[in-house]
Amino acid sequence: MLTAAANSLSNNGGSYSNDRPSSTADPEFATDPASGGFFHSDYKKHEDLKQMLDSNKDGLKLEAMKRIIGMIAKGRDASELFPAVVKNVVSKNIEVKKLVYVYLVRYAEDQQDLALLSISTFQRALKDPNQLIRASALRVLSSIRVSMIVPIVMLAIKDSASDMSPYVRKTAAHAIPKLYSLDSEQKEELIGVLEKLLSDKTTLVVGSAVMAFEDVCPERIDLIHKNYRKLCNLLVDVDEWGQVVIVNMLTRYARTQFVNPNVDNIEDDENRPFYDSDSDSSNTKKSKLTIDSDHRLLLRNTKPLLQSRNASVVMAVSQLYHHTAPRSEVMIAAKALIRLLRGHREVQSIVLHCIASISIARKGMFEPFLKSFFVRTSDPTHIKLLKLDILTNLATETSIGVILREFQTYISSSDKEFVGASIQAIGRCASNIKEVTDTCLNGLVSLLSNRDEAVVAESVVVIKKLLQTQPNEHKNIIAHMAKLMDFITIPQARASILWLLGEYSDRVPKIAPDVLRKMAKNFVNEQDIVKLQILNLAVKLCLNNPIQTKPFCQYVFQLAKYDQNYDIRDRARFLRRFIFDEDGHTKKLPQLAKRIFLAPKPAPTLTSRFKNSEYQLGTLSHYLDMPCAGYRPLPSFPDVAPEPSVRDVASGTTRNARDEYYRKDKKDKKGKEKEKPFYSDEESVQADELNNENESSDTSTSDSSDDESDSSEYISESEKSENDENEKKKSIKVSDESNSEKQSESEESDSEESSENSQESEEEKYKTSNQEAVEKPKSNIDLLLDLDDVIPMTPVMPLSTGGLFTPINLNITNDIREVSASFIPIKKSELLSSIMGHGLKIEYRFTRSQHLVSAYLVTIELTFSNEGSEPVKEIQVGVKNLPKGMLIHDFTQIPLLEKNSELSTTLGINFNDSTQPANFNIDFIIGEDTHSCSVTIKAPIGEIIRAVLLSESMFTTEKTKLKGMNEHVAKVQYSGNKKVISQKVFETANVAIVSSNDEEIRFAAHTLASKSLVLVTIKMIGNECLEICVNCEKMVIGSILLNELKSNLKMN
Amino acid sequence: MTRSLFIINSSGDVFMEKHWKSAVARSLCDYFFDQQRRVLSPEDTPPVIATPHHYLISIYRCNMFFVAVCMTEVPPLFVIEFLHRVVDTFEDYFSECTETIIKENYVVVYELLDEMLDNGFPLATESNILKELIKPPNILRTIANTVTGKSNVSATLPSGQLSNVPWRRTGVKYTNNEAYFDVVEEVDAIIDRTGATVFAEIQGYIDCCIKLSGMPDLTLSFMNPRLFDDVSFHPCVRFKRWESERILSFIPPDGNFRLLSYHIGSQSIVAIPIYVRHNISLKELGGGRLDITVGPKQTIGRTVENVTLEIPMPKIVLNCTLTPNQGKYSFDPVSKILLWDIGRIDVSKLPNLRGSITIQNSASVMESNPAINVHFTINQLAVSGLKVNRLDMYGEKYKPFKGVKYITKAGKFQIRM
Repeated sequence: MLTAAANSLSNNGGSYSNDRPSSTADPEFATDPASGGFFHSDYKKHEDLKQMLDSNKDGLKLEAMKRIIGMIAKGRDASELFPAVVKNVVSKNIEVKKLVYVYLVRYAEDQQDLALLSISTFQRALKDPNQLIRASALRVLSSIRVSMIVPIVMLAIKDSASDMSPYVRKTAAHAIPKLYSLDSEQKEELIGVLEKLLSDKTTLVVGSAVMAFEDVCPERIDLIHKNYRKLCNLLVDVDEWGQVVIVNMLTRYARTQFVNPNVDNIEDDENRPFYDSDSDSSNTKKSKLTIDSDHRLLLRNTKPLLQSRNASVVMAVSQLYHHTAPRSEVMIAAKALIRLLRGHREVQSIVLHCIASISIARKGMFEPFLKSFFVRTSDPTHIKLLKLDILTNLATETSIGVILREFQTYISSSDKEFVGASIQAIGRCASNIKEVTDTCLNGLVSLLSNRDEAVVAESVVVIKKLLQTQPNEHKNIIAHMAKLMDFITIPQARASILWLLGEYSDRVPKIAPDVLRKMAKNFVNEQDIVKLQILNLAVKLCLNNPIQTKPFCQYVFQLAKYDQNYDIRDRARFLRRFIFDEDGHTKKLPQLAKRIFLAPKPAPTLTSRFKNSEYQLGTLSHYLDMPCAGYRPLPSFPDVAPEPSVRDVASGTTRNARDEYYRKDKKDKKGKEKEKPFYSDEESVQADELNNENESSDTSTSDSSDDESDSSEYISESEKSENDENEKKKSIKVSDESNSEKQSESEESDSEESSENSQESEEEKYKTSNQEAVEKPKSNIDLLLDLDDVIPMTPVMPLSTGGLFTPINLNITNDIREVSASFIPIKKSELLSSIMGHGLKIEYRFTRSQHLVSAYLVTIELTFSNEGSEPVKEIQVGVKNLPKGMLIHDFTQIPLLEKNSELSTTLGINFNDSTQPANFNIDFIIGEDTHSCSVTIKAPIGEIIRAVLLSESMFTTEKTKLKGMNEHVAKVQYSGNKKVISQKVFETANVAIVSSNDEEIRFAAHTLASKSLVLVTIKMIGNECLEICVNCEKMVIGSILLNELKSNLKMN
Repeated sequence: MTRSLFIINSSGDVFMEKHWKSAVARSLCDYFFDQQRRVLSPEDTPPVIATPHHYLISIYRCNMFFVAVCMTEVPPLFVIEFLHRVVDTFEDYFSECTETIIKENYVVVYELLDEMLDNGFPLATESNILKELIKPPNILRTIANTVTGKSNVSATLPSGQLSNVPWRRTGVKYTNNEAYFDVVEEVDAIIDRTGATVFAEIQGYIDCCIKLSGMPDLTLSFMNPRLFDDVSFHPCVRFKRWESERILSFIPPDGNFRLLSYHIGSQSIVAIPIYVRHNISLKELGGGRLDITVGPKQTIGRTVENVTLEIPMPKIVLNCTLTPNQGKYSFDPVSKILLWDIGRIDVSKLPNLRGSITIQNSASVMESNPAINVHFTINQLAVSGLKVNRLDMYGEKYKPFKGVKYITKAGKFQIRM
């Protein structure tokens, strides 16, 4: 019966497309029992529903409510039933109650007086022991938009903001913007409540509190200061929607409170078109030195969110990085954004929009993902156009070949709009990249003979623009286009050709007058835009070559004088004065005419439509490219950072805040006492913290018990939540506490070594607390070093096995992490020359990336190019002649390589940590002949190791282990720039920076096969000298690497 | 943020509306219809439309438009992601999401929407929490409720809401404890007309169906976790653990969910398991010809199944007269889509489709060739070579039944002709 009613409702619903159905009896109502159409008089409408609502059976009430909700859902007016419905707000049946709530929220605004009847019920419910009922009472109460109840709601919000249950507090946070929109005069009072909620430590609450903050008082940035670090630390555990709001808010915060991390290398920005990897690495070093530790905290804690399944979280973090991160770090967002492109169509559209904007400012960022923007015919048109724009933005001298080949296939698409855009994109590439201008121009000219008129027309327009930018000789193109006038009918294209002929009429002195003759004949039938250009052409020709063209000119002007379009009449009247001296009074105009019409004109610049978007990335305004209501422009970084101490929380309040405080304090001290720049690595920060804990051992003993109780936190809580009503309050209290503990826990797990270090520090502290207290005045640096030595020796076994977000067992080897190369060589070496290879040329390059098949393999990119006259077939690896232990993972056979084409593939070689060359044969077939050419690849020592990251303390210990025979030291005279040292090291070998300061730079890597560590330390001695120290278990590798480093650093 | 939601069917009827703040007039949808009329396919409708006072953010799914109305600045992805989550929830509740189903369950839909959004800001979107608040409808429960007078709506706050694991409900009990993992890999590729791979990458997912009692803590490890270029996780996965050990450690939600999606990028080599040899000519005189052969390639000995080729023909094609040596083909003269359902590829006799194409006489022939969209599946193979190493369970005493299934599918696999 229920479904039957629903069906009949839905059948009717469709026909009501206007927003307010007429309330008088309508023929449609007759078939609808729910609307009471049986009774034809107005006052009895919905009588049956009223009766059902008045009955004392819950089943009937529910039935009636369901039907009413159905009416609301279909957008039909059910406000008449208000008195009958509102009575049921006291119903015991939870479902009836809920539906009544839904009804109330919808209609209370219209029936304010009656709505007041329900208020007392909510007030009572606000005191209910069940937290869900309290919360939903507050939700509904605050959603009833009746200004008379503002004081009541205010009171309710205040009460609920200090409720035991975080869920109720969350609801209170949601209620704040509701009340604010109802009565903005309550703002000050609401801010008071908000301040309290913002300082809440539960992940459930903070997201909603920040949302309310953004809605009510985004300008009160001072409210955030004290909560900033807490928000950063809680971020990972906040729900997805809260994360988006918090990250967006923190972006604005960072823009007002921190200085621009890129400010020191802004000159670079203007000189360079894009950032290649080498400049990145040097930037990293520079910018890390200036970045505020709180700023760093934000960037570090948001980074894991890039892995979120929620596209809007990823977007929020990406825009945070785009707007506030040092230039070199923005790169990490690229991968995540590319991942979003696999999502729903709508997500794609918005992400592509953002990428298009980013790709203008940061060309290098998406270059590695070029192929992800290749267009599929199944993409919707607007996605295609966005991809095209991005491809054009990304085009560089190196990638243009691939891109143009893609564009070529796009031109044969059946989507006309897309074809047009592709041709324009070719034009943009041609004008941006000088090397290919001529190729593109030729290509476009060949398109002029395309059978599709739209293609031809678009090409004409683009060629016109290109010729303007290239004012040198292109006579034949112009002549060719003049011929096209007979075929092309698209007005835009005709007008473009005419303009070109006029502009360059001196290059084609014979053709232009003839075209004008033809045009004059057909003048009346042309489109307006073409007519204007005919006039233009006539004037220009008349100025250049009056003898031949004057009669045509007069004829055309005569026709234009009587044209239907007043624009054309106006133009004709205006232009006349320049060439015909009819009245003969002033001769000024004709004299100047040449200078006016034949002046050299600046070439148009072809730019992306995303060029000048000043909006914050990922916002509605950015997508629509117009300021939306409520959009707040992103402030620019301040020149001088505001006082950072405002973020310090009064000591003793929370554990992590204090840690932060000390860390900060510490940093300052260190800066003063020793000129050692602070370590930007997380490890060192961790070490600092340890140190601080020792310093403050007396205060933190109480905290340590919190830590241990973490482990059982989760289980205890779930048990508690099952408890009955009486104990509820107590349990809430406990869960509340445990939440705050969790916060401190998450702070710890932020840094690499997470719990284990703090665990150790705890142990350490107990042991040494007495001594430490005495030795306090000792320099901080000494303590740091002490600990560094001790840490790895103590048995590492975290106790908190049950802790939810802490890894269960970390062992020390895991602290060596392979990282991607800081520099990727692009230089290719020849493996097989085209002479030896009968036309097949092979080049190779080390990509320094992980091979797919095994971690032991060195990845080598082979580029095959066929420079011969015949296609090469079946290229594959043939006989291998390898030293023992070495292994080659073949590339997949290349079935066919056409002549003049190029193809890349990847080969993996396990060099087994030796510098022995790998010899093997490449087999291929040209024509009927089978060839087999032997080739040799010898890997430089720097390529058979892979960059790793490890903590500084570990570096030191590992280094001490590798003394004596395993250590190779040399001194080099070095007078070049210190800043490029690391760059040079990266060029030589695939290593990663572990730490760097003015005196010493440390690098680490491990060998591919045996995974033995390779540690490089470069010390600066004086101004002119470097000491290079290489520690490696494999002596041969160590000494060769040292020599290579030496020779490479010597070169300057 | 979101003020209202309109659900619109393919014929342009607004069949459901929900307002979280003051009601917004339905006539607002006219702006949406205006934009929709301008584009050829519903897919092309712009996701964000600006009207004088409102912004309409819409998604198109299951042949319906879900249009959210906003009045102020909001991250558009936020709304889009939420709308998709709404549809996901409907699919989760009613097992599919169609106009009729929404109309039939309008009360549940309304209750859900009310729980998911408060004043336009998401409140509870986690499926496990929602299911505790509002029980999914099924026949048995409907009958039981009518008899006992109970309702589908819970009177207490779901325990998950307050815990650290909001995605899992407490008190889960099963007689058979099972955990199934489906490793699904989709090959996205563009192959040019010569057969060379222009672009290929793998998009993978691990979808789980976990029916385990209590609070199991699972760890899943891979033989070769280095394969992943980029990953995104369900919130339950401990990120730190992954960072340090490349192990997935998590307390799973109850039921079906996507644990992980990963991406193996174009930098790595992707094996293309299928090739298509094609020859098409569209000539004015005497019609056109079409000849297509499909064969397996790099499949590591597995058979390629459920092969379907879909070719959207140019507008000028009137009809196709073809003979396949395997499977069935159909040509829809309205949408101009040629569909060839091949089934499994037998290596000994390669599937072939050939014949003639009738072409509109008057039309000038465009120099545009169609593209082939290929669909296939390969069972028991993850084309990237990914392998699950082991699954361990902590925190519970019983021994669960574990299963892993690998499937390779064609994603956006396109061959240019």
